[in-house]
Amino acid sequence: MSKPPILTLADITKRFDTQEVLSGFNLSIEDGEFFTILGPSGCGKTTVLRLIAGFEGADEGRIMLNGQDVSKLSAEKRPVNTVFQSYALFPHMTVFDNVAFGLKMAKVSKPEIAERVKEALATVRLSDFATRKPHQLSGGQKQRVAIARAVVNRPKVLLLDESLSALDYKLRQQMQMELKQLQRKLGITFIYVTHDQEEALSMSDRVLVMHNGQAQQVGTPREIYECPNNLFVASFIGEINVFNAEILENLGDYRYLAAMDGFKREIHADRRFEAGDKVHVLLRPEDLRIEYLEDAPDRPGFSGKVLERNYTGQTLDSQIQLPSGQTIMASEFFDEDDPDFDYSINQKVWVDWVHGWEHVIKAES
Amino acid sequence: MSQSPFRRFIIILTLAWLALFVLAPHFLVVLTSVMTPDSEHLAVWPMTLDAYARIWEPLYADVFWQSLALSAKATLICLLLGYPFAYIVAKMSPAWRAFMMFLMIIPFWTNSLIRTYAIKLLLGNKGLFNWVLEAIGVIDAPIQMIYTEFAVVFGLTYILLPFMALPLISSFDKLDKDLIEAGHDLGAGFWQRFYHIVLPLTMPGVVAGCLIVFLPAMGMFYVADLLGGAKNLLLGNIIKNQFLVVRDWPFGSAFSVTLIVIMGMMLWLYYAANKKVQRMGGLDDQNL
Repeated sequence: MSKPPILTLADITKRFDTQEVLSGFNLSIEDGEFFTILGPSGCGKTTVLRLIAGFEGADEGRIMLNGQDVSKLSAEKRPVNTVFQSYALFPHMTVFDNVAFGLKMAKVSKPEIAERVKEALATVRLSDFATRKPHQLSGGQKQRVAIARAVVNRPKVLLLDESLSALDYKLRQQMQMELKQLQRKLGITFIYVTHDQEEALSMSDRVLVMHNGQAQQVGTPREIYECPNNLFVASFIGEINVFNAEILENLGDYRYLAAMDGFKREIHADRRFEAGDKVHVLLRPEDLRIEYLEDAPDRPGFSGKVLERNYTGQTLDSQIQLPSGQTIMASEFFDEDDPDFDYSINQKVWVDWVHGWEHVIKAES
Repeated sequence: MSQSPFRRFIIILTLAWLALFVLAPHFLVVLTSVMTPDSEHLAVWPMTLDAYARIWEPLYADVFWQSLALSAKATLICLLLGYPFAYIVAKMSPAWRAFMMFLMIIPFWTNSLIRTYAIKLLLGNKGLFNWVLEAIGVIDAPIQMIYTEFAVVFGLTYILLPFMALPLISSFDKLDKDLIEAGHDLGAGFWQRFYHIVLPLTMPGVVAGCLIVFLPAMGMFYVADLLGGAKNLLLGNIIKNQFLVVRDWPFGSAFSVTLIVIMGMMLWLYYAANKKVQRMGGLDDQNL
C-alpha cells in the first residue's frame, strides 16, 4: 500500500486485574476505510476500541495515530471521537449544545461553532431539532445526534461502539445504509465494533474477526465469508458445513486427492498440503446441491436422508443426515425452471457441491 | 381500586396518627401563638397578634441572621465534605461502598444528644483535641474551642453530614459514566467535565442535601446549648427558652410558626424549581 496507515496498534497487551484481555495484539487501519471489528461478547473488541479512544491505557505496546504516538495521550487530547452504544447525550443540554460541546471545548469561535453545528445537523437530517432536549428524541434521532456530535469535530478516526444495537431491525437496516453513505461523504475512517456478522459484512470495507482477545482474520467481507482462516471464523460468520478429510495425494496446481466420508474426491485448496495431512473441507449451505437419487451424477458424493426442510420464501433450507451421523445444512434457491422442487422428510437424497467452491483449511483438533 | 378492610384500617390508622401527632400539635402551636401570655396559666385569651409583632424587634432579627449564618456555614462545610465523599463512595467497589455506608449509618443508632455530649468531650479545654495538640507540642495552653461558634458549626456539621452525603451519593449513582467518557472524548479536561457535566447533573442532590441540612440546623437548640454555651445562637434556642425559661408560650409559638413558614417557603421554592427543571428536560446550565 502506498499511503501509510492512519492507525496502527503494535504489540498491545491489556490486562484487567490479572486477566489478559489482549496480548501482543496488532492492527493496522488504512485512511478512509470502513473497518469493522467483529466478535462475540467478551472477545476484546470493545477493549480495542476503548484503547484507541484513550478510555483505557495499554499495559504494553504502542498506538500510532496519523503518524503520532498517542499511547500516552489522554482521551481528551486524541483526534478521535466516539459514538457510544448508549449514545451518552448530555441530558441537560439541547441538541445544539450537545453537538457544539466538542467545538466549545476546542475554543472554536462562536460564529464558526454555529456554522459547523448547523452543517453537522443538516448532514444527519436533524436541522429542525437543534433546540430539543435528548429526551424529546426517538432512538434513531438520538443516534444521529450522537453521530453529529462526533463528526462535527472532524476526527481522524470515528469510533462506533455497537452503535446500532439498540435500534429495532428496520431502523437498523436504514441506519446501516446511512452510516455507510455518511462515511463515504465525509471520508473519515470509521472503526465500527459489532457482534452482528450481517452488519459487519454489509457495511465494511474490511472486517477483523476477534475471538478470545486474538485476531482471527482480517479481510474484506468476501474474503472473510468465502475463505475463512479457521473454524471459528467459518462458523461465526454464517452457517457452514465442516467435513473432515485426509489429503491422499498432491495432484499439483493446488489440486489434491482427498479421502472424505467413504469416498475419494479431488479438491481444490489455496494453500499447500502434504499427503497425510488432515484437513477440514468447508462448504456453505448454498454451495451444496441436493439431487434426487435417480438424478445422482456420476461422481463421488454423500448420500443422506432429509431430516427437515424449511421453506423461507427465497430458499429451501434442508437438514440432511449423512450415514456417519453428521447433520448438514443445504440451502437452495428456487429455480425458475423447476418451481415445485421439494423433498419429503426421510427421503433419501444425493448431496453434491459445485466443484471448486469448497474451502479447505488445516484440521483443528 | 378495591378497598379491602385491612387496607382501609391501615389508611385510617395512618390518618389518625397524623392527625393526633402532627396536625393537632401544630394546630395547638398556631392557636397558642395568637393568645396572651399569662404567668399562671401559660396562655389565655383574648386573641392578640402581639407575639408576631415582637418577632420584628432588632434583638430577634439579630438572632435570626446569626442563626441563618451558622446554619449556612454548617451547610456549606457539609457540602464541601459531602460532595467529594459521595463521589468517592459512588465510585467504590460494592463491598467497600457497603462498609462506608455502614460507617455513616452507625451514628444514627445513637441519640444525637448523646453524640453532642461526646463532641463536648472532644472539644473541651481538657478534651481530646487539646490534649493531643499539647502532647505533640503544637500548643502550650488549651485553645478555647468549646462554647464558641466553631464548636456549634462543628457539632451541626457532624450530626448533619450524613443527610448531605446520602442524596449526593444517590445522584452520583444516577450519573451515567458514559457521559463522563463522552466529555473526555469531546476534549473536556477535568474541570470542564466537572463544571459542564458532573455538577449540573448532580445539582438535584446538592439542592436536596443543602435543604435537609440547612432547615433542621436552624432548630437544633441542644447543639447550640451544649457546645455554644448559654447564648441564643439558633432560632431553636429562642423557642426553647421562651417555652422553658421565660415561659412566654405565645411568643415561642409565634417563633415556631414563623420558622415553619420559612422552611415551607424554601421547600416550595425547591419543588417549583425542580418542576421547572424537569419540564426543561434536565438541569439548566446552558452557559457553556
